[in-house]
Amino acid sequence: MMKERLRFRETRNMIFKFFIIVCTLISIIPLVLLIVYIFRQGISVINWHFLTSLPKPVGEAGGGILNALIGSLLIILVATMIAVPFGVSMGMYFSESSPNWVYKIAHLCVDVLQGIPSIVIGIIIYIWLVKPFGQFSAFSGSVALSFMMLPSIIKSTEETLKLVPHSLKEASLSLGVPYYKTMLRVIMPAGISGILNGIILGVARVAGETAPLLFTAFGNPFMSFNIFKPIASLPLIIFNYAISPYEDWHRLAWGASFILVSMVLILNIITKVTETRWKVQF
Amino acid sequence: MFLTLLVSSLPSIKALGWKFIYGKTWDPVSGEFGALSFLIGTLLTSTLALLISSPFSLTIGLFLGEYYPKGWFSSLLKNAVELLAGIPSVVYGFWGIYFIVPVVRSLEMKVGVAPYGVGILTASLILSIMIIPYSASLIRLVVSMVPESLKEAAYSLGATRFEVIRFIIIPYIRSGLSAGILLALGRALGETMAVTMLIGNTQAIPKSIFDTSDTMASVIANQFTEATGNVYFSALIETGLLLFVVTTIINIIGRNIIKRFES
Amino acid sequence: MESTILRTEDFNASFGTTHVLKNLNIKIQRKKITAIMGPSGCGKSTFIRCINRMHELNSNATTKGKIYLDGQNIYEQNPTILRRKIGMVFQNPNPFNTMSIYQNVLAGYTLNSYKLTRTKKDEIVEESLKNAALWDEVKNTLHKKGTFLSGGQQQRLCIARSLAMKPEIILLDEPTSALDPISTSKIEELLYGLKRIYTIIIVTHNIQQAGRISDYTAFFYLGELTEMDETKTIFTNPKNIQTQNYITGRFG
Repeated sequence: MMKERLRFRETRNMIFKFFIIVCTLISIIPLVLLIVYIFRQGISVINWHFLTSLPKPVGEAGGGILNALIGSLLIILVATMIAVPFGVSMGMYFSESSPNWVYKIAHLCVDVLQGIPSIVIGIIIYIWLVKPFGQFSAFSGSVALSFMMLPSIIKSTEETLKLVPHSLKEASLSLGVPYYKTMLRVIMPAGISGILNGIILGVARVAGETAPLLFTAFGNPFMSFNIFKPIASLPLIIFNYAISPYEDWHRLAWGASFILVSMVLILNIITKVTETRWKVQF
Repeated sequence: MFLTLLVSSLPSIKALGWKFIYGKTWDPVSGEFGALSFLIGTLLTSTLALLISSPFSLTIGLFLGEYYPKGWFSSLLKNAVELLAGIPSVVYGFWGIYFIVPVVRSLEMKVGVAPYGVGILTASLILSIMIIPYSASLIRLVVSMVPESLKEAAYSLGATRFEVIRFIIIPYIRSGLSAGILLALGRALGETMAVTMLIGNTQAIPKSIFDTSDTMASVIANQFTEATGNVYFSALIETGLLLFVVTTIINIIGRNIIKRFES
Repeated sequence: MESTILRTEDFNASFGTTHVLKNLNIKIQRKKITAIMGPSGCGKSTFIRCINRMHELNSNATTKGKIYLDGQNIYEQNPTILRRKIGMVFQNPNPFNTMSIYQNVLAGYTLNSYKLTRTKKDEIVEESLKNAALWDEVKNTLHKKGTFLSGGQQQRLCIARSLAMKPEIILLDEPTSALDPISTSKIEELLYGLKRIYTIIIVTHNIQQAGRISDYTAFFYLGELTEMDETKTIFTNPKNIQTQNYITGRFG
């Protein structure tokens, strides 16, 4: 009787473990398929011409994604320039302040911001920046993306700066260095790797965002450097081409997907490497 | 610094709030812009996606958190899962058009319904693939936080690993699990691009999971820039507000559970 | 032979490349308290974790040699059954925080998927808690969570939990190091009473504690058994210089 129970329990134990392994392997399959598919489809499209020419109308062979590439980089660059000063300073504020009610509410706001669906951010920015000026613009797209970058920048800044030992700050203050200089010259540099990491993560998070750009940057089939005019971007071009019925455009979309995914993966890998290499040690 | 955020978010809350009331009075549910069909569409796709993904997220979480926390395969898997969470949703959608649509289409032919290929099932499948990395890493986190001493105590009483998981780990992480599922739901609700590309975009109350439908997010994405007339426009914004409120509540609850779990 | 319940034969244990226990030959007497002493890192805890095969739960842990329980090699037995025969109490009290006091005592049965009748359950809970000298303190709060108890009470609850399985040997890994002196003395008293029924092996850092409660003392140094004898002999007339140094407080 006892023996039989034990055999039953051990079989159950083995079956469960087997089940776990099998399920894990099954769930990897689509993920692997996805990556392999993008790389296979993408690499065949990529060449110098693809990267350096503008899209052609339907029917004409060739055409590239130069305008979208430039557009994406421009939007992200401007978004980073907006988000970094706000994000870092708020992170600093959080790391310095005691958890009173202001802190709690602000923290809640950051949490909420992180959870807002990106399309809702698009709507909000549309109401703020597109409607009043009567025009879609790259700049409004940047603002939308900068909002999405903020939480990761704020959180990583706060967490890194909290790790900076108090003694460092006291040492600086005791030398008669004013508070703001202490923060900028002593505390910030000590936590710079963590802050940079947060910024890169933030960029990685928004690089592929499409939804908020639909109603802000809008898209543009031509080359544009003007941040106050509509502009093309990689995610948008993928979306538009993907839902089109033309085979040629699908090929372009695969190429663009490949570029976009590689960009995001590289950014993620960079943060992984810096995280382990540059870990702040005290 | 905090004030900048508050001041700048105030107008949006105000604008949306005003529009929300505005939209409600001008837009009866039975009217031209009745939201019921895509509310149901949203609910259906998200729940279905959760149902499909949860068992897999849980097993990956247990695999990485309990069975194989170390080793090259696990760290590869862990990194892969994290990197996959970073793939843009538009790319998932594009891949779905090429990969999942044919699969669903052949399934539909077998079942004997109109083989659109797109629809609620397709959208749910892509959604579940997209939220697995997210919920799996949350579950892995809570599984790995179960104190070693509790597990040891159970082993020392002669429990097998299955029994340790069943009687010790699962009860211990129950709240963390529900938070993981809740946060994944928040994700699924707000997910726009992939769903827009795969759901078929028809505003009718779906009768089966093979029907085409629409979600709140996909309606906004499709129609926002072409909305003509104040009512149409504000109805869409109202949809956005609803989405905002629901996801925010879900996120706050989920985060609070996680925070309580961590302390 | 009757008096030896457990003996090891050239037993070795390691973590990866670290050799923790070296050629251990030791005999444990039935229904006695054996204390295991030694400076930190000498392999005390590893040794008792080998006795109920908890050591092998670490991924890179290996063992060599044999341990006999009643003449049978434990490494040829089923670890699940073995662990039921050899109870263990850990350094920090670890009641299952999702279970009540009542459920905690019965955890060994539920975890092993045993079905018990209500009366049988009540009986086991009462008997185990009485044996662990906790019954009077908790009999009115049996269905509250075990984590509301004080540290000392939690530890006695953990003892009750292992007693409920009616083991042959109870292993205690520094059971009082996280407790206050009053709780400690309660547990010592308890152990003294328990040796009528059980064989007890206790790892301790505290030399006085070993002197107070144990019948035999084994002294470990750098993974080897330096000396083992009746506690009286070890304390009054240690043969080994390291043992002497340790007992008189010269290192460790």
